Amino acid sequence: MTGDSTAQRGTSEIAVEAKRALATAAAEPGSAKPDPILEARDMVRNFGGILAVDVEHLEVQRGSITALIGPNGAGKTTFFNLLTGFDEPTRGWWQFDGHQMSDVAAHRTAAMGMVRTFQLTKSLTKLPVIENMKLGATAQRGEKWWNALVPSLWRDQEHEIEARADELLARFALGHMRDEYAGALSGGQRKLLEMARALMTQPRLVMLDEPMAGVNPALKQNLNDHIRGLRDEGVTVLFVEHDMDMVHDVSDWVVVMAEGRIIAEGTPDQISNNPDVIDAYLGSHQGTSLLEDLEALEDLG
Amino acid sequence: MDWEAIFEGTVKSFIGINAVYFAIAAIGLNVQFGFTGLLNFGQAAFMAAGAYGLGMTAHYFGISFWWGIGIGIVYAIVLGLLMGIPTLRLRADYLAIVTIAAAEIVRLVVRSVKFKDVFGGSDGINEFSGEFRRVGTDVGFEVADSYGFWWFTFTGRQMWTLVVGWILVAFFGTLVYMLMKSPWGRVLKAIREDEDAVRSLGKNVYSYKMQSLILGGVIGTFSGMVFALDRGSVQPDNYSRDVTFYVLTALVLGGVAKVSGSIVGPMLFWAIFVFIESTLREFTRDGPVRIGDFTLIDSTQVGQINLALIGLMLMLLMIFRPQGLFGSRKEMAFDDR
Repeated sequence: MTGDSTAQRGTSEIAVEAKRALATAAAEPGSAKPDPILEARDMVRNFGGILAVDVEHLEVQRGSITALIGPNGAGKTTFFNLLTGFDEPTRGWWQFDGHQMSDVAAHRTAAMGMVRTFQLTKSLTKLPVIENMKLGATAQRGEKWWNALVPSLWRDQEHEIEARADELLARFALGHMRDEYAGALSGGQRKLLEMARALMTQPRLVMLDEPMAGVNPALKQNLNDHIRGLRDEGVTVLFVEHDMDMVHDVSDWVVVMAEGRIIAEGTPDQISNNPDVIDAYLGSHQGTSLLEDLEALEDLG
Repeated sequence: MDWEAIFEGTVKSFIGINAVYFAIAAIGLNVQFGFTGLLNFGQAAFMAAGAYGLGMTAHYFGISFWWGIGIGIVYAIVLGLLMGIPTLRLRADYLAIVTIAAAEIVRLVVRSVKFKDVFGGSDGINEFSGEFRRVGTDVGFEVADSYGFWWFTFTGRQMWTLVVGWILVAFFGTLVYMLMKSPWGRVLKAIREDEDAVRSLGKNVYSYKMQSLILGGVIGTFSGMVFALDRGSVQPDNYSRDVTFYVLTALVLGGVAKVSGSIVGPMLFWAIFVFIESTLREFTRDGPVRIGDFTLIDSTQVGQINLALIGLMLMLLMIFRPQGLFGSRKEMAFDDR
């Protein structure tokens, strides 16, 4: 990311359009958006007797940065897994950009323009950084075994991919690590690499699972800029995060999950004042003293 | 002590038939285990597929020997599909269990009395390699003459198989080297590291694992063919579990995920094997070696002691040089998954 685009962050046409669109959306769970790129209905995932995900309705506005927050165990990652085909819902229906996704295998979603990262970073440690990146490109001719033995069939494409990979590495400040093994990167650099690698698929929707976990504060600012940069290029971003500062700083829209359900939606400002959200995070007794609770109990007893 | 005989045997086994058929099997196993991370413990079954493909041509189908190459490849593909379809979607360990069991099933079926007229039972199949030998004499290797120089002297019969075998080693080594340099090979190596990451980037992991299993199996098939041609017979018990694990040992010795390792590993493995074996034989030739009343080793124990020493060698290797002789230490260092 260059200094220029940092200066104009959030002011690109797409960003302004997304913000305007979201201003018209109601700040309530399951609210409809003017132009959803992702829509989920009635999605349920049971693990044995535990209801991990029970989402009635969710729409994600195209061109926006949407944060998915919630306390630990709220079902955010499971919901991610369902949407990307890494897990199968007990029941449910969802669509991405006009494609119904229920029967789409996980490996097909990337080619359709939907890519995800993982909570525990999955850098391929025994491959060099540049090879990690090149792996991300979709529709590579040389990845078919019958083409693999004839380099002339894929060499041009490989150069193209490599040029694109180098560009992204430079943008994510990983250019100097290009030929190192990914295992030699620090935790934060691995997060960056995973994000950059996901972008190699040229997605329209990026789903980031806790991009800030284990990243130092200086790098966090940097990551925020990258995420805004993506949105300004027209990529929709949906991310799971615990870091409230980051959520407030970067997102256009916030969705709150607790106990598998979506309990609130709205702009960051609306969410930070929403009593349901405060309850979900801090417990419903927040703000009342313990003595009052005891008195209430005695009254009941 | 006849040191010259010991060294001659050792030097010869560097390029001997055992090194050749192990090298071909190890190149195949390396595709699966070294590059893709598939735990195939049934490489012996793929080798048997090739051997029986050749053996059954005259014995059962009554067709020309040359069809056997194609039949062996088909057997290997079928075997790979049978092993892979139920297991490749599951965790890596399941493939290990299924392949080791499948290899035993294959061996028990081909040696069973019930199918004796198809596979020849425990006696195996003989007399199928005539046409292969004839080509050997046509290109100039007289069966009984000696060829080679210095200690590397073999009969024409051995030499012809060796020449064909080393050509196959060179061919498959080059093939695998080129494949692993391609984007296809990059996907396999990435699957070895983390298959979920690869899936999220839009690759059909299941299909790639199947391709790897079958490619490695088909290469292993040629190993079985070379071995059967050298012996001039197919014996079911030549394809037991130990073969798979010796090949694996040889591969680890050379260094996994390196084509050079999969070729030099088997050469060294057999040189060391023959050296220890013949040295121990020399020691015990004039009776057991004793310290006082304690018998250290006698001639009937040479085989077992040799295997124990090979096992010890493998342990030391894993502890002090886990990357093998040709692997990269740096690459091995990032085991932080």
